[in-house]
Amino acid sequence: MTTTEPTTNPSLPVLENFSRRAAVKAGFATLGAGAFAAAISPLRQAAKNTSAAEFMQTHYTELSPEQKADVLARLETETKEKYNAEVTIADDRPIPGTKFVYAINLSVCNGNGKCVEACHKENNHDRDTNQSYIRVIEMPKGTMDMEQGSTTYSGAVPKDDKFYLPVQCQQCDEPPCVDVCPVKATWKEEDGIVVVDYNWCIGCRYCEAACPYHARRFNWKKPEVPAKELNPDQSYLSNRIRPVGVVEKCTYCLHRTRRGKLPACLEACPTGARVFGNILDPNSNIRWILEHKRVYILKEELGTKPAFFYYFD
Amino acid sequence: MSSSPAKESHITSYPKFIGRSLWLATEGSFAFYAWMTMLTALFLVGANAWANQVAGGMIGTNMTDQVSWGLYIANFTFMVGLAAGGVMMVIPAYLYHDRKMHDVVIIGELLAIAAIVMCLLFVVADLGRPDRFWHMIPGIGKFNWPISMLTWDVIVLNGYLVLNLHICGYLLYMRFLGRKPNPTWYIPFVMLSIVWAISIHTVTAFLYCGLGGRPFWNTALLAPRFLASAFVSGPAFIIVAMVLIKKLSGVAGLDHPIATLTKIIRVTILINLLMVASELFTEFYTGGSHVSAAKYLFFGLHGKTALVPWTWTAIGLNLTAALLFLWPGLLSFRWRPLLVAACCMAFVGAWIEKGMGLIIPGFIPSTLHEIVEYVPSQLEWKVTVGIWAFGLLVFTIAIKTALPTLKHPAEH
Repeated sequence: MTTTEPTTNPSLPVLENFSRRAAVKAGFATLGAGAFAAAISPLRQAAKNTSAAEFMQTHYTELSPEQKADVLARLETETKEKYNAEVTIADDRPIPGTKFVYAINLSVCNGNGKCVEACHKENNHDRDTNQSYIRVIEMPKGTMDMEQGSTTYSGAVPKDDKFYLPVQCQQCDEPPCVDVCPVKATWKEEDGIVVVDYNWCIGCRYCEAACPYHARRFNWKKPEVPAKELNPDQSYLSNRIRPVGVVEKCTYCLHRTRRGKLPACLEACPTGARVFGNILDPNSNIRWILEHKRVYILKEELGTKPAFFYYFD
Repeated sequence: MSSSPAKESHITSYPKFIGRSLWLATEGSFAFYAWMTMLTALFLVGANAWANQVAGGMIGTNMTDQVSWGLYIANFTFMVGLAAGGVMMVIPAYLYHDRKMHDVVIIGELLAIAAIVMCLLFVVADLGRPDRFWHMIPGIGKFNWPISMLTWDVIVLNGYLVLNLHICGYLLYMRFLGRKPNPTWYIPFVMLSIVWAISIHTVTAFLYCGLGGRPFWNTALLAPRFLASAFVSGPAFIIVAMVLIKKLSGVAGLDHPIATLTKIIRVTILINLLMVASELFTEFYTGGSHVSAAKYLFFGLHGKTALVPWTWTAIGLNLTAALLFLWPGLLSFRWRPLLVAACCMAFVGAWIEKGMGLIIPGFIPSTLHEIVEYVPSQLEWKVTVGIWAFGLLVFTIAIKTALPTLKHPAEH
């Protein structure tokens, strides 16, 4: 680009050439800046998808009741605009005196995968990627080593020599995913549910690396759900449509369970393998199971203290 | 243009210093302009790829929920090592009062600046929501310190950048003013930067080794290994840079520092290999499910072998380089091209070993023992090359700015 350049000693600039050289340098600097602006122009598209109000929104736990109402209304409007669907987004809070735990009877579970499907629909997961918070591992009988299992099994279930191990978020009492988050975008609520503020997460995916149960999912693309398939009963911290570029996870269907209903995966289970309830309630079914069955937890040696139990009977 | 009157206010002389530095940094031969144009072009390709990634979502990468970190974090990890590696010039210069090293120590400090800039860019490239970057800024965001190791890394990396900017900026500015640098204004910072260099790579190792759910990373040897390989890759890069600076700019007095760094690598490369061997023995002799990731890395698992050729390439490069460094002839001027080749081998070996060779097996098999392989997408390579080009651009400009100091070392 500067073939005519006289080779001068750099420590002794030729002063009479100064203004010409300065003009040439300024010209190339302008050209470079222009090229840079053109190179990053796709960012304008991304900026269009984020409103100023969303950009400026503060952390969930610091929103005043008025701000929260505004945020929920804005999110409902945005869902209408982007997905052409009427939805209600509530702010379901923990019920005092409640600590939710889950248990699965592995003698009964037959690996039919209805829970996986129900989760997919209930939580408005992206249709293309067939996302779900639950993974079922087909395990050979006679081992507890997940390395022997397969998550991509097919054919008629149950197979005689196999048992089935559904895994989802264990809602740990010592959650490593919460510890590692650099911006406190994920935390454990009083009823034991680990939640994510999808509008605060920066998408670093450190929590995905930290979780020993593969419970977290990242929105690699904008989730797409047809309007008529969209579940309109939503909550801010659970199944509302997630923005692109953030992490999400199972919330024990808090938009249902905090309203006294059961998780979608449990309702969908045709075998009755799933039991859910409040461990603080001495008369609850779940309490009876924890007291009378020989339950175990996954990867106990890691000290994560799951609120998710498994048993055989 | 050599020096301003001593009484001139910093308010007027500092902008003059910046202007003079920019002018110097953009002066050069045709080859220099060709080099800068090429780097700019590559950087623009990377910037464009990144903008597309932000606009379209990270689906443009080949990362998955199973392998949720890839080429970006691999390069980030390696670059932290390069930044820390510059300290292998600072220690001989300031702790052992090696005069010859002292004269050119700024090369290592400038490398640290360029490498840290690259680290920060790699982290930003890996974010799903770079627009929410401000959530990490203490005060206006929510900073999960001291619990999250990532917040420690943010602090130590930015702190190291500021430290080195201060040290280099101060020395170059004093040189511009024609004044003798006042030791109280930079020696304490140099001493702090030595400790700080160790901390950046230790904290970066702690990001990984503190995760109980990832057996491949969950080893106390990770931080020492990181440091040992950093003290190979950093000096290796600096030796090659010095050979080039000597050739292209005629800076004298580089042969002694090159010899010192060669002797340093001779030791650190063996320490690194020893630790790798110790790690592999523990993994493979123990066996069990703990060894799955290492098996995948070295031999493949259930027929999945994407990383195997990379790993053995790295082992081959590291062993060859180690043997070359052990040979005393490598120090002689006659074998300079071989020294450069050995440095390149050690550098690439460390890049594979500590980059893809460390990050990817952490995710394979996944925590539920699924085996989902990962090969970076074209978009990821573009962004990565763009960031490397930008780093080299920063380093070239920084070295150009420092050339007068390197050519005529002052008494400080």
